Amino acid sequence: MPHIELPEPDVGVLRRLPILIEGLKSRVGNDLLIVDEDGRRAYETDAFTAYRRVPMLVVLPRTTEEVSKILKYCHENDVKVVPRGAGTSLCGGSLPTEDSIVLCISKMNRVLEIDYANRLARLEAGITNLQITANVAAEGFFYAPDPSSQLACTLAGNLAMNSGGAHCLKYGVTTHNVLGVKMVLIDGTVVEIGGSAIERNGYDLLSLVIGSEGQLGVITEATVKLVPAPEGARPMMIGFRSPEAAGSCVSAIIAAGIIPVAIEYMDHAAIEVCEAFAGAGYPLDVEALLIVEVEGSEAEIGILLGRIAEIAARFDPKTVQISADADQSARIWAGRKAAFGAIGRISDYLCMDGTIPLAQLPHALTRISQICAEYGLKVANIFHAGDGNLHPLILYDANDPEQAGNAEMAGEAILKLCVELGGCLTGEHGVGIEKRELMTTQFSATDLAVQMRIKTVFDPTWRLNPAKVFPLAITDVMRAGNAASTPEAA
Amino acid sequence: MSELFRPAAEWELQSMIARLAREKRGIEVVGHGALRNTGRVASSDVVLTTSGLKGVTLYEPTELVMSARSGTPVFEIEQILAARGQMLAFEPVDLGPATGAPGGALSIGGVFATNFSGSRRIAVGSARDNLLGVRAVNGRGELFKSGGRVMKNVAGIDVARGLTGSWGTLAVMTEVTFKVAPLPQTMQTLAYIGLPDDLAIEALGIAMATPLEVTGAVHLPKNCAERLKVPKLKGVRQSLTLLRLETFSTSIDERKEKLKTALKVYGNPIELDPEETFGLWSEFRTLSVMPFSTDTSLWRISTLPTKAPEIVAAIQKFMHAVAFYDWSGALVWLEVPAAADAGAADVRRAVAVRGGHATLIRAEPEIRSTVDVFEPLKPEIERLTRGIKSAFDPNGLLNRGRMYANF
Repeated sequence: MPHIELPEPDVGVLRRLPILIEGLKSRVGNDLLIVDEDGRRAYETDAFTAYRRVPMLVVLPRTTEEVSKILKYCHENDVKVVPRGAGTSLCGGSLPTEDSIVLCISKMNRVLEIDYANRLARLEAGITNLQITANVAAEGFFYAPDPSSQLACTLAGNLAMNSGGAHCLKYGVTTHNVLGVKMVLIDGTVVEIGGSAIERNGYDLLSLVIGSEGQLGVITEATVKLVPAPEGARPMMIGFRSPEAAGSCVSAIIAAGIIPVAIEYMDHAAIEVCEAFAGAGYPLDVEALLIVEVEGSEAEIGILLGRIAEIAARFDPKTVQISADADQSARIWAGRKAAFGAIGRISDYLCMDGTIPLAQLPHALTRISQICAEYGLKVANIFHAGDGNLHPLILYDANDPEQAGNAEMAGEAILKLCVELGGCLTGEHGVGIEKRELMTTQFSATDLAVQMRIKTVFDPTWRLNPAKVFPLAITDVMRAGNAASTPEAA
Repeated sequence: MSELFRPAAEWELQSMIARLAREKRGIEVVGHGALRNTGRVASSDVVLTTSGLKGVTLYEPTELVMSARSGTPVFEIEQILAARGQMLAFEPVDLGPATGAPGGALSIGGVFATNFSGSRRIAVGSARDNLLGVRAVNGRGELFKSGGRVMKNVAGIDVARGLTGSWGTLAVMTEVTFKVAPLPQTMQTLAYIGLPDDLAIEALGIAMATPLEVTGAVHLPKNCAERLKVPKLKGVRQSLTLLRLETFSTSIDERKEKLKTALKVYGNPIELDPEETFGLWSEFRTLSVMPFSTDTSLWRISTLPTKAPEIVAAIQKFMHAVAFYDWSGALVWLEVPAAADAGAADVRRAVAVRGGHATLIRAEPEIRSTVDVFEPLKPEIERLTRGIKSAFDPNGLLNRGRMYANF
């Protein structure tokens, strides 16, 4: 059985619901509220679909001022709030609780300002990731972080999770590409953190906010960096006879002083499914495939891919193929970006997100296969090899409670392995509810206390995005609303 | 002279701070002293130096990652990296020489405590952007870690990056883990001559909007350019607008020609070869164009590139100021005549109107104790800032007053 614990709802709050609805209506009007059950049910889960809870109310504000009024009201009435963008979290980051109000900012999706001279854009946080680039592409710019869900996911969600993507080897993740945010605190205070200058003033509060998973406040606007689009980019595909050879090749490329814009890894199981889905021309007779992309002018791309091919030759590749044209490049990436969806068509899966030091790659892959075999499950491996961010997809049948439980346990074992090998629990998906209880494997009680005290500074009564990120056992007092009791770890 | 604590190991540092915390004694945190003439003067009972915490603890060239104890001098780290063809890409700036403190004394902990990055920041991000993890002891005497050694890590709140720029007021870092990068195969500089500040910033902006990966974008007005030591530029006697390209030797000429084409209307640049380029950009790493003097004060202004020339012009209405624009104008180092408030009233007003913030880098200690060194915070941000300070250091023992007068 799936075994992540979700706290029991506060029946007192549920009893007050009719009053709360009237209170919110009088502050922000009727049309922002979703009260009926069918409407609320659309928000019962995110992309971590094994867990569902229908929230008691959904609010869809259109302005920062409305967000402020809603939060102030919730704060005054001791109501929990779950911030939500597009609901694409793979770790239950936007999973509601039954006694919470979902505050979904997806209607706040306007472009507020584009400043090409200073290479920045100011946006409402409900805009989708891909829409940012769509607005600036004609002028030769783009917004760099590119999570696979970029068509749907919101900037707000990217900020909450510090999202990465395939191209962050060169361009960094969200925290490297954001200059400032407008955020509403739980008491309704609107704060500007960071700004439009590239340096911060005072403490780097923005670093604390980005990746804090909706624990500190609700971001309504952000100023992001715009990056000039490369002259050209082209991927090559290198197929290997073994995962070890592929892993060693990645290290050798980086050791040679080449930093490709992306190095993606797929194992045999993933290649088959993605090829059937995208027809990208992936080789089907190899054990491991690297997609290596470089950027630059035509001449530069030719030279760099040539050098990478030379390096790869040392590891006895079975196939080396440089993308022939823009169409094939698009298909190669379409296959990779659709990988989760493609695998989802053949099986339910749990997507892991651990990160490991690169040198541990062959060992990690062997252990991942062993772990899944021990639980009687298959695994497909897809990941960002350049930065050691693994995405093993554990395949299981969601209708079989035993398999579902085994999949979770195999996932836990894999994440513990990542930490053991010197890596971490999550490279880009976040903790949410999924890895909440595993935080103690990566962090000491003191490490967690340091983080939890920061939460308390921003959200003294712990009403924002409840029961996420931090283990339940060490947060029960704070979640009961007693701020003064953030642990004084020994 | 205050009592000096010099721990030789992390556990020793922790036990010292734990004891001092029990005794509620204020602690001034220093490394090797490179930053002692910068920032506000901390009020403290004792001095604790990280200078005994030295050495690289992890270096994986193929993973582009290094860990070092916080008191390790930056020059030692750079020597170790250079031997493997790598570097600290964000080019830490050593403020020692420009502030009358010793040169070469900058420690890696100081780099992240201040987050002062050099010219290449515009291409590769700041020290903060390249930080992966820290181990540190807070004002409660607790040892904690955040982040790690891998490039991507989003587990929990990003405390490691949150510590950057906090000047030792939240915690004393004992070990830092950061990204390193391959040294460029080759480099060249284009120097455009005689552009006024606003046109120069425009040219730099155009260069930065190309995909040519410019790794340095500096403008020196005439009175600043004259201070350069690089022979080829020494006698030009006009403003200089400098663009650095670093890449593979097979592509540098192609990129240079493309950049020249993009900037054709700004004139014909002087070209600097790799050796001259190295010399030129090394000068900026010690701020040699802003030399130490008791007759002047030095400000560091962060703003939007297009606003930078306006800010400088507005200040120059009131005083003789010498500007050095870095990061295509997003950073201005501004030398002003020594004055009772180091020009703070005029500098802050000029910045406030146009957006950004200013930090007083060099002035007599009495001035740095009386005027705001860091840009004053808005009330709601100050409330959060005090909250964070209190979460890490509830008794206000670490570097009290180093950033702000009251905490």
